[in-house]
Amino acid sequence: MADAAAPLLRIENLSIDFQSSRGPVHALRNVSVDVPRGSIVGLVGESGSGKSTLALATMGLMQNNAVVKGGRILFDDRDLLTLNAAELRSLRGRRISMVFQDPMTALNPVLSIGRQMIDIQYRDRGNTVDKRRKAADLLRRVGIPDPEQRLGQFPNEFSGGMRQRIAIAMGLMGNPELLIADEPTTALDVTMEAQIVHLLRLLRRDFKGSILFISHNLGLIAELCDYVVILYAGEVVEHGTVQDIFHRPRHPYTEALLVCDPARIEQVSRELPTISGDVPNLLNPPSGCVFAPRCPRVFEPCRDRQPGDTALSATQTARCHLLNGGAHG
Amino acid sequence: MSVQASSVVPPVAVAVGAESPSTLRNVWRRLLHERLGLLGLALVALLLFTGIFADWIAPFEPNRINVPDRMQSSSLTHFAGTDQMGRDIFSRIIKGSQIALIVGVSSIAIALVLGLALGMLAGYGPRWLDNCLLLLFDTIYSFPTVMLALTVITLLGVSLKTIMLVVVVSTTPVYARLVRTSTLSLKNSEFILAERSLGAGPVRVMLRHVLPNVVGPLLIIASMDIPSVITLEAGLSFLGLGVPPPAASWGRTLNEGYNLIRDAPWIVVAAGIPLILTTLGFTFLGECLRDMLDPKLRRII
Repeated sequence: MADAAAPLLRIENLSIDFQSSRGPVHALRNVSVDVPRGSIVGLVGESGSGKSTLALATMGLMQNNAVVKGGRILFDDRDLLTLNAAELRSLRGRRISMVFQDPMTALNPVLSIGRQMIDIQYRDRGNTVDKRRKAADLLRRVGIPDPEQRLGQFPNEFSGGMRQRIAIAMGLMGNPELLIADEPTTALDVTMEAQIVHLLRLLRRDFKGSILFISHNLGLIAELCDYVVILYAGEVVEHGTVQDIFHRPRHPYTEALLVCDPARIEQVSRELPTISGDVPNLLNPPSGCVFAPRCPRVFEPCRDRQPGDTALSATQTARCHLLNGGAHG
Repeated sequence: MSVQASSVVPPVAVAVGAESPSTLRNVWRRLLHERLGLLGLALVALLLFTGIFADWIAPFEPNRINVPDRMQSSSLTHFAGTDQMGRDIFSRIIKGSQIALIVGVSSIAIALVLGLALGMLAGYGPRWLDNCLLLLFDTIYSFPTVMLALTVITLLGVSLKTIMLVVVVSTTPVYARLVRTSTLSLKNSEFILAERSLGAGPVRVMLRHVLPNVVGPLLIIASMDIPSVITLEAGLSFLGLGVPPPAASWGRTLNEGYNLIRDAPWIVVAAGIPLILTTLGFTFLGECLRDMLDPKLRRII
């Protein structure tokens, strides 16, 4: 066992390309993310910023056309990228689990909930009765009433929020140390969203694991997470504690994101603020700062040179030329 | 991890889906309410019953030659009359249902299992395996069935096994291709990814999650293929290429009756009726199941 101070998950300089007919798409470039033990880390980014790629790479479930160009994914000091399929499989479900975005499609439609939950315990000893009891117990924990009866039901007999609870219950079945939640509330309505977040917080308290929570909903991140990582076009532009990011954002992209969050807009206005422009094409990322084409405070070095990471405090780091006076850090 | 049940989230209203799941019991109940489906079921059940209990039901030994009673028309002793050797046609028809069942049901069942296995392998396995299997399927698929049948029969001789082999070889690629396509689309679905993220290996994913999702439509197609196989057997037997004499297959009885059609028309009629009823039975049943399990398939099958 590694020492307790080391983060449970440490992603170091991870770069992933997707092979496409028009050449490699640089989906992730030198991404580093730490998930300390027992914490909830929020990963924020627009669509296509590489959030899900990061999650799937950690699970070892990348699409066939993904190629790891460099970096390491250290889980409890073991590099997941060097493990073979069987070793990865033995980690999945027991030490790392994942909850997916769309609860409507995340459960097998033709098997009852009970069958699925019992089946996934195939590595555990014990008879079906025990496994069934464990499944019912987990359903109760995630707030599903009458779990014994509901085990016999099929996914289409549950609402979206219920299915996401079931998916979370299945993720927690093996008592994992790390739960990756890939936009678990995006497909749900607002009340369900709040309940799922509440549930995740309770579960974190009780199962003492870490959660990597992926979302583009800043309100949820602020409510749930301890640390926040801002991902833009496959690069980490800023990371810090939740207070750092929400009270003292330093990267222009983070600032713009916070301005654009509908929940934080105070003045009454008919128009939502937006970040003009589009996410850069990752077939051919900009040579300078990735955010330069859209940055309101862009200046001379931004378009030519990539900014380095600037440590702003013990916990907060941002990648912007503004912060180091234009000097390469 | 030890959460108190009460501490978690207040219970939420439960939305029960509009459509209840297609469990076996449900399908069964609905089938009994569909007139054509019920008729199909009854006909198939009748075939199964006569096929299985043929030796007890048949009033005479189907191959027993009884020259004094030759060429009789229907009577209380010989319900469907006799042929020119005095064999009881009714008994031969009963016995023929056994052959029809063996050829139709068992060869389709073998093709189904093979098709499922190969199709899932091609769909879920590595790309090179998919390419190899696909080439194989397409090669076999491009042979016309009758040509294939004639070739195989010429090479291996006339027998029940040869006909079954022809059926298995010619239908397996059809099933395998269908399974492969469904597997490919399932492979990238979120629930398969979710299962894998929980630690399920490829075998578990294929058997527990892919298989139950692809087997439904395949069963429907298979049940609609059974009559065409029985007809193929009858056709080959009619041409003298099917089950060798004196076996009492329906096609052979038709063939023999055809030569006597002026003197003993009842033979052809008696052998044709079960063939028609069987075809109708399986088709009704298959169509009914299709509409129940997956109305979207109507366009495909």
